[in-house]
Amino acid sequence: MHSQRTTIVASLVLALGLAGSVLASHSLAAMHDQIALQEVLYLPSAKTVKAVSLGYTGLMADIYWTRVVQYYGRKHLADSLTYKLLPPLLDITTTLDPHLDIAYQFGAFFLSQKPPQGAGSPEAGIELVKKGIANNPTHWRLYYDLGFIYWMEKKDYKSAAETFAAGAKIDGAKTWMWTMAGAMAQGGDDLEMARTLWNEVLKESKDPMIRSNANQRLACINSDEAVIQLQKRVDAYKEHFGHPPGSMRDLVDAGVLRGIPTDPAGNPYGIDSYGDVVVKDLKKLPFITKGLPHGTEASVFYNKFVLEEKAKKLAEEKKKKEEQEKSSGAKAPPTGQKL
Amino acid sequence: MIGRVRSIAFNTFREAVRDRVLYNLIVFAVLLIGSALVLGQISIGIEKIVLVNLGLTAISIFGVVIAIFIGIGLVSKEIDKKTLYTVLARPVRRWEFIVGKFAGLVGTLTVNAGLMALGFFAALLIEQHKYLRTDVHLLTALYFILLEFVIVTAVALLFSSFSTPLFSTIFSFALFAAGNFGDDLRGFAATTHGLTKWAVTAAAYLVPNLSTFNVISLVAHDQPVMGRLILLNTAYALCYSALAVAGSVMIFDRRNLK
Repeated sequence: MHSQRTTIVASLVLALGLAGSVLASHSLAAMHDQIALQEVLYLPSAKTVKAVSLGYTGLMADIYWTRVVQYYGRKHLADSLTYKLLPPLLDITTTLDPHLDIAYQFGAFFLSQKPPQGAGSPEAGIELVKKGIANNPTHWRLYYDLGFIYWMEKKDYKSAAETFAAGAKIDGAKTWMWTMAGAMAQGGDDLEMARTLWNEVLKESKDPMIRSNANQRLACINSDEAVIQLQKRVDAYKEHFGHPPGSMRDLVDAGVLRGIPTDPAGNPYGIDSYGDVVVKDLKKLPFITKGLPHGTEASVFYNKFVLEEKAKKLAEEKKKKEEQEKSSGAKAPPTGQKL
Repeated sequence: MIGRVRSIAFNTFREAVRDRVLYNLIVFAVLLIGSALVLGQISIGIEKIVLVNLGLTAISIFGVVIAIFIGIGLVSKEIDKKTLYTVLARPVRRWEFIVGKFAGLVGTLTVNAGLMALGFFAALLIEQHKYLRTDVHLLTALYFILLEFVIVTAVALLFSSFSTPLFSTIFSFALFAAGNFGDDLRGFAATTHGLTKWAVTAAAYLVPNLSTFNVISLVAHDQPVMGRLILLNTAYALCYSALAVAGSVMIFDRRNLK
């Protein structure tokens, strides 16, 4: 009897204690943000964390990487403008496991994106990927990530081109690393470097599509260089006669040119009303950066005409499908009607 | 002689099993399955790396803790329970008792780690649906973990032969921690001069150099372990454990048990 009473009382206390602690814990969790004055990393030094991990650095790195993902996710969901702990957390993660590629790749992305998508610090992202490259010099993907930050976040086409080209030289790197490098160099107005890189693509690749693209790119570079030279002649004419030439014929008549120059696609260059040299058929030279009609933006990274054509085709197919469905729906007998 | 050592070793193993040491396998299984499920969900793209790091680290930590907590009681428990006198009353030499105890605990740890390794490889199969050629490197990491157990067991046994269980535990854990700073100690010695340099260098060589036995992080990235490291680690583990066991034998041989 005595034992039974003890069991009942103990069970009640246990159940009440459990319920009370769960409730209190829930309320405490809600108060956490109010009592935390600032974000604190108790072990800010990567070296200290490495030392206290007693050799189990791999697991510690995984735990810290999980913390990075959780921290970024929480901040991102809250549309936070600051990601104070992100750089030290990533530094600790990659010091504990210098081969954790994913931490460099995603970490650099988290750091580089503008707030609230990320920490808005492309410099920190660049530093992180550079650390990754120093620890893993044969991992070409890291060069891709670094080049991407230079391109998208810093608009530093020269550094992007150099980085993509350095990564392209590594064994196992995809050929498109060369194409990225070439496109970057062209975007950065370094035509000489772009020419070298596209020639490298021709040397490296046997893929007919990639080779065709490289040849088209080289033709565009030739055109850009020709436009630069022609524009100098046009400007000289303008300075001499006080007005721009109306056409290339005027330059030939004035003895500035020996004949009407043609672009690599075989079409003659023209001069627009602003006195600028222009290419006539952009579809044949889609990657040019010079000689574009006024108001037209250069597109060195993709062929906008091909994309436009594809989009048009898709829209037409969709329209056709909708019309077919409409006509078949009209012909179909109403449901429930006896045949 | 070998028969007597074998008997003591087998009895040590049986005693460990009776002490429910192998219950840790259940904890290991729950930890491995639970964390593989949870961490796989919240860590991007590194599920296998997490599984390898977690699985091998758990095998190592469980083993080290068992090696220390059982190792420190190998001699003192026998004295406390007075069972040592019945053993030594038989034609068993003191060194045979020590070597038998050591072999028994190493055997227990090997069986324990082997069972955990089976669970770990099953979890790996579930994770990646097949075994890869690079998974063979995981066996090297497991082998190094076993070598680490041999050293830690020998150290715990050494302390057990002359100290109380409490102090033996503290000393063993301290030496295990210091062993992971072997490289730092050598680096520190290089920056000092005179007597300090000698003292630090001596300390660096005296504590077990365990830092080279942990290749978990390396194999988690499918990277191979150098053959020379396997050879040197094996030689080091054999030499260091022989040294510690010999020390235990010398101390225990001179100990007044009356």
